[in-house]
Amino acid sequence: MEVIYKKPESLKKEITTYCPGCGHGIIHRLIAEVIDELKIREITIGVAPVGCAVLAYNFFNFDVTESAHGRAPAVATAIKRLLPDRIVFTYQGDGDLAAIGIAEVIHAGARGENITIIFVNNAIYGMTKGQMAPTTLPEQKTTTTIYGRKIHYHGYPIKMCELMAQLDGVSYVERVSIDSIPNIIKTKSAIKKAFKYQIEKIGFSFIEILSTCPVNWKMSPKQAMDWITEVMSKHYILGVYKDKGGSNG
Amino acid sequence: MKRNLLTGCEASAEGAIHAGCKFYAGYPITPQNRYPEYMSKRMPEVGGIFIQAESEISAINMVFGAAVCGFRALTSSSSPGISLKQEGISYLAGCELPAVIVNMNRGGPGLGDVTPSQSDYFQATRGGGHGDYRTIVYAPWNVQELYDFTYMAFDIADKYRNPVLILADGIIAQILEPVKFRKPKKKLPVKKWALTGCKGRKPNSIKSLFLTPGILEKHNWKLYKKYKKIEEKEVKYEMYFCNDIESLIVSFGTCARICYETVKIAREEGIKIGLFRPITLWPFPYKQLENLIKKIKKIYVVEMNLGQMIDDVKIANRKNLPIYFYGRPGGGVPTPEEIYNFIKKNGSNI
Repeated sequence: MEVIYKKPESLKKEITTYCPGCGHGIIHRLIAEVIDELKIREITIGVAPVGCAVLAYNFFNFDVTESAHGRAPAVATAIKRLLPDRIVFTYQGDGDLAAIGIAEVIHAGARGENITIIFVNNAIYGMTKGQMAPTTLPEQKTTTTIYGRKIHYHGYPIKMCELMAQLDGVSYVERVSIDSIPNIIKTKSAIKKAFKYQIEKIGFSFIEILSTCPVNWKMSPKQAMDWITEVMSKHYILGVYKDKGGSNG
Repeated sequence: MKRNLLTGCEASAEGAIHAGCKFYAGYPITPQNRYPEYMSKRMPEVGGIFIQAESEISAINMVFGAAVCGFRALTSSSSPGISLKQEGISYLAGCELPAVIVNMNRGGPGLGDVTPSQSDYFQATRGGGHGDYRTIVYAPWNVQELYDFTYMAFDIADKYRNPVLILADGIIAQILEPVKFRKPKKKLPVKKWALTGCKGRKPNSIKSLFLTPGILEKHNWKLYKKYKKIEEKEVKYEMYFCNDIESLIVSFGTCARICYETVKIAREEGIKIGLFRPITLWPFPYKQLENLIKKIKKIYVVEMNLGQMIDDVKIANRKNLPIYFYGRPGGGVPTPEEIYNFIKKNGSNI
């Protein structure tokens, strides 16, 4: 009998420590599937952030290092420059990438480092239990915006894809989502394209994935998926923002 | 043997290159600008990578990345920049990654000034960043030593899987002096723990996060044992004119070099005084200083700061001898004569 669905080799046999309905599990699996399909598991080096996904090295079955909060693109820069034939990617949340680490990601992009950034945007600080993130939506309630994010007081959320696409050094920018089966399939395609571009030396890729944090959003897993569809993806428009390797280049 | 006329920054860079350093990341800050400038030329020449980072923070984290994949890596800066690197140094210590950090100390606190100082002694010797950790600290007193210690620092960093600091200052960074080169290293240690892709082995990971209760405590005790071993094996110091002494100057780096001249003047005047110079500021030569203190009646501590190393001298001073401190903070550099006058004023003819 043909096996049509199994655990990718790039994932370890570990019990998840992520919360019920959390998007990290889906995204970890997509990355693992892509790495298996491209046969790059043995040459891949992952850089984990600070945040929930710091534990990525417990789940990925390839070399993974921790990095200080926000500094993953700097760490990845050095690894890729010294080992240019390895595949290097960072996996970062919105606090890590768009707040404390915004300088590192912008400059790694400006330098045109041939690395892949997987940016998981769930509009909240997950690990610290639900504070306002740089991507928290207007009026969204968090533990530090208990009356909702007021733009005149807390400022505007940052649209990272729009920002990164402006940089000459950046090759590929796409925003995707995991709120439906078709979108999960699109997310996988985007991740695969980003890794392929790195293999082909097309350059710096930035994939923003709209993801869920049901516990801190105070929603059920189903409600959280619907919230991405109905609210989050109205603010963060899905699509390709730049593609030097394709038709938009 | 051929000697090369180099500034301190250049000499340290060559020391790193001869030790097999293949990665440099830095950021401009006076008085060490020559370091990144020189490395921008030299790193590509030796097949290494030079990156002018967007910040000191990014530079130290690039060095972290280079260390993660097993390469010898260095960053240099001066005081305010070294403060910014402290988080990264703490991660290097926590993850047990070898790297070399050069501090060309300038006056502080805050933006301070750009003149030489020794005001980062506490920061260098007490960890500097968050958490229970130590960095090995070398204090050169001339350009040759700056070259030698940088060369050596990489072996020590690899041996103990620990960050090593070179604490120099604005004078040693910029002064031109002749330097004898050592043999460039060809064979470097194999690092099985490094992240290079998991071909033919189980995946490696580098981390300093230990959430399970008790595991971090275990990790910290493991680091403690390493630090004890370093304290036992790696202490370096020098003594001058210490055969027949009644009093002693304790000083390090540039300031010790100035004190050396003071001792010569004092000796000509018949004063039985010697100089003790810690070369490793951590581990500090407590025992060696304590043994010397047994023979004398008075201690002078001279530093280009408000009194920082003096705390370590006090630890070694179990005999409770009087300690006289002479300091020049904020970029002040004493002359041998003014130190001599200080000693005379505090009665050295015991």
